[in-house]
Amino acid sequence: MGSNNNVLVKMNNAGYRHNDKWLVQGVSLSVERGKIVTLIGPNGSGKSTTAKIALGILKKIDGHVEKYTNKIGYVPQKISVDWTLPLRVYDFMILTENLDEKTIDEALSLTGVIHLKDKNLGNLSGGEFQRVLLARAISKKPELLVLDEPVQGVDFTGEIALYELIKKISDELNCGILLISHDLHTVMSATDHVVCLNGHVCCSGTPMDVAKNTEYKALFGEQASQILTRYEHKHDHVHTIEGEIKKN
Amino acid sequence: MFDDFFIRALVAGVGVAFVTGPLGCFVIWRRLSYFGDTLAHSALLGVTIAYSLEFNIALSVFIISSLIALILVQLQNRTNLPGDALLGLLAHSSLAVGLVVIGFLTFIRFDVMGLLFGDILAVTVDDLYIIWIGGALILLVLRLIWKGLFASTVNYELAEAEGLNPDRAKAIFTILMAAIIAISIKMVGLLLITGMLIIPAAMARNISDSPQKMIIYSIIGGLLSVIIGLFSSLEFNTPSGPSIIAAALFLFVISLFKIKQTIKLKN
Repeated sequence: MGSNNNVLVKMNNAGYRHNDKWLVQGVSLSVERGKIVTLIGPNGSGKSTTAKIALGILKKIDGHVEKYTNKIGYVPQKISVDWTLPLRVYDFMILTENLDEKTIDEALSLTGVIHLKDKNLGNLSGGEFQRVLLARAISKKPELLVLDEPVQGVDFTGEIALYELIKKISDELNCGILLISHDLHTVMSATDHVVCLNGHVCCSGTPMDVAKNTEYKALFGEQASQILTRYEHKHDHVHTIEGEIKKN
Repeated sequence: MFDDFFIRALVAGVGVAFVTGPLGCFVIWRRLSYFGDTLAHSALLGVTIAYSLEFNIALSVFIISSLIALILVQLQNRTNLPGDALLGLLAHSSLAVGLVVIGFLTFIRFDVMGLLFGDILAVTVDDLYIIWIGGALILLVLRLIWKGLFASTVNYELAEAEGLNPDRAKAIFTILMAAIIAISIKMVGLLLITGMLIIPAAMARNISDSPQKMIIYSIIGGLLSVIIGLFSSLEFNTPSGPSIIAAALFLFVISLFKIKQTIKLKN
């Protein structure tokens, strides 16, 4: 991990302790332009905490974090919006940055929720809300995207389409992505670098490297390892959000 | 033109309503009604200090309220008491201390009722300057911190992650709360300032579907409350504060019918 100007965020031996309990410690990783780094690990292994350290949400941390960009799009894992606020999808889209109508429409179309633009945010389903969250994060054309389980609650076909979209965005905007996902299939198809967490970094590397790692096998089981190795084929087509099939 | 006490009161009230409208929305959104109450209660202490030191009332109230807000933050960090208990503690003890100090100041004749419930006769031309200039400043600062404050009201982590510095916005907003209490205390009285903040905003919530609309309706509601309240105060010889708040309540009740209608339309 040399220091070059493509690095967007760099964590060095970072950790966070809450009430004398380490949530995560000793994490070193860096996200570069155009690269997707994925965090995997069991529940409570510190994935979201790691993302929050990288984003600077958690303040009293151990180790070092350096952010080299301020253009950040974030999709948090849990979001508790207070519904005493009358908030439409449109208002939510311009929450952290003012955008023109065209940009907003484009982003909402990409995630397939343009028809919800004037709906009240409190009336959306879980999956719809997730699509709006993703649209908001990509609409500001960020240099760094941090996606904490961005497709939770989204239907199966939508899930695949959204992951394809995330991959496409990373190529088009040439932004760095820090992705947290449970779905090993999708992780492996697109990721450049996998970090396997279990309170600390248990192993990291390319998807293939991680799949062969014995610690990874111990953590996720033999089956998970097979999923990774089986995923060594290339798609010759993509599914667009409208359901069309396009040849590569 | 400002020779007439009633015109002065009207101009003062209109100025106050322009500021309480937007701030009141944030008080509702951020669930700060009791916090506003605490600051308002502590204002009595500010008034008594102003009288005993022959100091400007608005400035003194502003300083004391800010101080109480600061003490609250410290207590929250250093004790395990829940927030509402700390608010109650500060509200009632500062009110009590204020009243005790009044007891000692026998050489000054105090209109306690006027302090608690507002007195339109007491509004001077100087007060008008304080209200309009102070109010304009409050709105200007609110405009400057709007993005960060609003984003963190919706979701703190999003605001922090995307670089909007929500902690700073929150601290500045607390100061604005102390400022609005300081400039509106003569009009509405310290027991009813929170009502002036939240009732028009609550009315606006009932009839709006976006944050901007809620703020606009909240301002309109506040203006109507002031105008209706002051005219009836003059007509029926009632204290100005309660009359304004009663007018606001009246508007709130009307807004409830609007909700009923929209629910019917949806079904």
